[in-house]
Amino acid sequence: MVGRVDPDRPALTRFPAGIALPVATRVALVVVPLGFLATFYVWPFLSLVAEVVDGSTIADTLGRAGLGRVLWFTFWQAVLSTAATLVVGLGPAYLVARWEFPGRRLLTALLTVPFLLPTVVVGAAFIALLPDSLETSAFAIVVAHVFFNVAVVVRVVGGVWSQLPADLVAAARVLGAGPWRATREVTLPLLRPALVAAGSIAFLFTFTSFGVVQILGGPTRVTIEVEIARRATQLGDVGGAAVLSLLQLALLAIVVGITVRTQRRASVSIGLHAQTSPRPRTLRTRLAVATGAVTVAALVAAPLAALAVSSVRPGGKWSLTAWRTFGDAPVRPGADLAIDAVGAIVASLRAAALATVLAVAIGTLAALAISSTRRGGRLLDVGSMLPLGTSAVTIGFGMLITFDRAPVDWRGEPWLVAVGHALVAVPFVVRAILPVLRARPVGWREAAATLGAPPLRAWWEIDVRLLRRPVLVGACFAAAVSLGEFGATTFLSRTGHETLPVVIARLLGRAGDVPRAQASALAVVLAAVTTVVLVGVELLDRPTDRGGDRARRP
Amino acid sequence: MLAVRDVVVRFGSRTVLDQVCLTVDREEVVALQGPSGSGKSTLLRVIAGLLPPDAGTVHLDGRDVTRLPPHRRGIGLVFQDDQLFPHLDVEANVAFGLRMQRMPAAARRTRVDELLALVGLDGFGSRSVTSLSGGEAKRIALARSLAPAPPLLLLDEPLTGLDAALHDRLATDLARVLRATGTTALVVTHDVAEAGAIADRVVALDDLAPGAT
Repeated sequence: MVGRVDPDRPALTRFPAGIALPVATRVALVVVPLGFLATFYVWPFLSLVAEVVDGSTIADTLGRAGLGRVLWFTFWQAVLSTAATLVVGLGPAYLVARWEFPGRRLLTALLTVPFLLPTVVVGAAFIALLPDSLETSAFAIVVAHVFFNVAVVVRVVGGVWSQLPADLVAAARVLGAGPWRATREVTLPLLRPALVAAGSIAFLFTFTSFGVVQILGGPTRVTIEVEIARRATQLGDVGGAAVLSLLQLALLAIVVGITVRTQRRASVSIGLHAQTSPRPRTLRTRLAVATGAVTVAALVAAPLAALAVSSVRPGGKWSLTAWRTFGDAPVRPGADLAIDAVGAIVASLRAAALATVLAVAIGTLAALAISSTRRGGRLLDVGSMLPLGTSAVTIGFGMLITFDRAPVDWRGEPWLVAVGHALVAVPFVVRAILPVLRARPVGWREAAATLGAPPLRAWWEIDVRLLRRPVLVGACFAAAVSLGEFGATTFLSRTGHETLPVVIARLLGRAGDVPRAQASALAVVLAAVTTVVLVGVELLDRPTDRGGDRARRP
Repeated sequence: MLAVRDVVVRFGSRTVLDQVCLTVDREEVVALQGPSGSGKSTLLRVIAGLLPPDAGTVHLDGRDVTRLPPHRRGIGLVFQDDQLFPHLDVEANVAFGLRMQRMPAAARRTRVDELLALVGLDGFGSRSVTSLSGGEAKRIALARSLAPAPPLLLLDEPLTGLDAALHDRLATDLARVLRATGTTALVVTHDVAEAGAIADRVVALDDLAPGAT
């Protein structure tokens, strides 16, 4: 390495041996996360492929009559949900991006909560909110998806919107454009890349949505994702489920490809800087902003409030039965599902704890490797994102059929659930950490070296210590993901160790007022725990430039 | 003190430094002057150990340090863009090199206070570095590099990017601080007047290569 001249790299990043990390450290950084991904992602994936190599399974599955209907429903509900999300999301995005008002941070946080709420909680909430006739309908699915994904629009579009120079619009106004005209001709075109980005994220999520469709779709409205689960767990058609998993992956790859191309074309280069938003000054704008904020807050809170109410109102009468019967499992004669609510809470917390530790360890190592090694880093950069692009059902299903024979017969192990959760959570941890690592200029480490810090020490002092906050943010995300994970858990959770989402979904599927109120009660508990975790993210995830770092000094 | 002999640095096919020779005596402040892009910063990076030269040697007090990694050379460097650590406050930034030397905490605090006073920023210890103005950040960067009392201090365009009044004030301060601490220093600048104001001796990079004489 020393003195090697690489004309493709800018001169100043040519590290002499004294600054680059020792080879052993770099190898260790790459090997651990890569090993984890290989064992729990790649191998199960290959098992899935092996399951379908036999051509007749493919022909059988693809030739089945119902498949067209499933594909069609998957597509149109995703398109409709995405369009509705974009339209609905622009209002709140504008509000929190362009106006400064008391409670703005709170409103932003509130808008973000639905996105990371467990899918079963959202499902249960809309069952509680909607009238009986709409409980299971395409309308319910779309509304729940909008509720979920509005946060994406607020974050992605609002993020750009808040940084659009106000003077651009002012320039248009001075040139004679009215407010609407200026919005249409200046603001919207500049927001287009963000809208495309938010739209693609929303589309991917709704395309692979599982929990919401499972709960609100009823028996007739089935997406690919739900069909995979149904085939694998109810019909025992492992081959068919595997074919559908791969079909879904292929469709996703196509969608992602199109998205990336569109995004590249839509990108406009503008100088973005943090802008200070105006406070509403006139009575009219004040009223408008206040009305907007209250409406948005009410719309976000409504399903959750309905959920809370329904937990204490089984069958239309106020009663605490659902909360009181938490501990004992009322098994009716003939009902074979015993529900242990307290056990589920314990199982959920246990899985979340283990999954968080695993995801943070793997994700942090991966992020460090990505930012400090070349070839291994690039491999991990893509590899660690794969679980995000793979549906949770596919992940769970793959693990289920892989780890079922000695010496890897781990299906009965409660920790396998946590591993599945960790796999789903790793991309979140990596994405929380990587921007911080990428933003640190090489110069910091050089500065440390000229101040007498050996390579490992400099790395520890700069890279690792910079990570404290993003690692905590990543941990919160991982915990939230694990608590709410439903798709993979459907396959991996074992009798006696069911997590909350599984138990809630099961209760929702049972007839009667009391099970439903119990489902609501448990959903309230799950939502509360998740919210606490997410508030942690919101408190931690602030820019460092507030001078608030003094307290953190050792 | 410092002897650079026949240093060659090539980036691809471009030769940035061609057999450059330079010596700096003890407690001497030398300004290295030359137009932008002439390789001044590159030479500093070679001396600091951040960039291995393709040929030539760097001697420090008669010892060949060409192959020594930067953290074992004990050479201080004030970066052009300061490179203050954003996750540490002012005090922790200045104390960084002292911690690397394993100086006890109490002594460290005294030394930091001493340096903050020297650069005229007493009481700035608990400030966040992101809250500093350009001139303040520059002074802190200088204090941080001076803290471990390096036998040789390199300064890369230390006064670039400051407004005129601040520039002149800081130039005077810099000259004073370097004299007061008896620091041997090599200052890179593209500004002839600035070079004259700070340094005992001004050399032009163009004159250091054999082809120029």
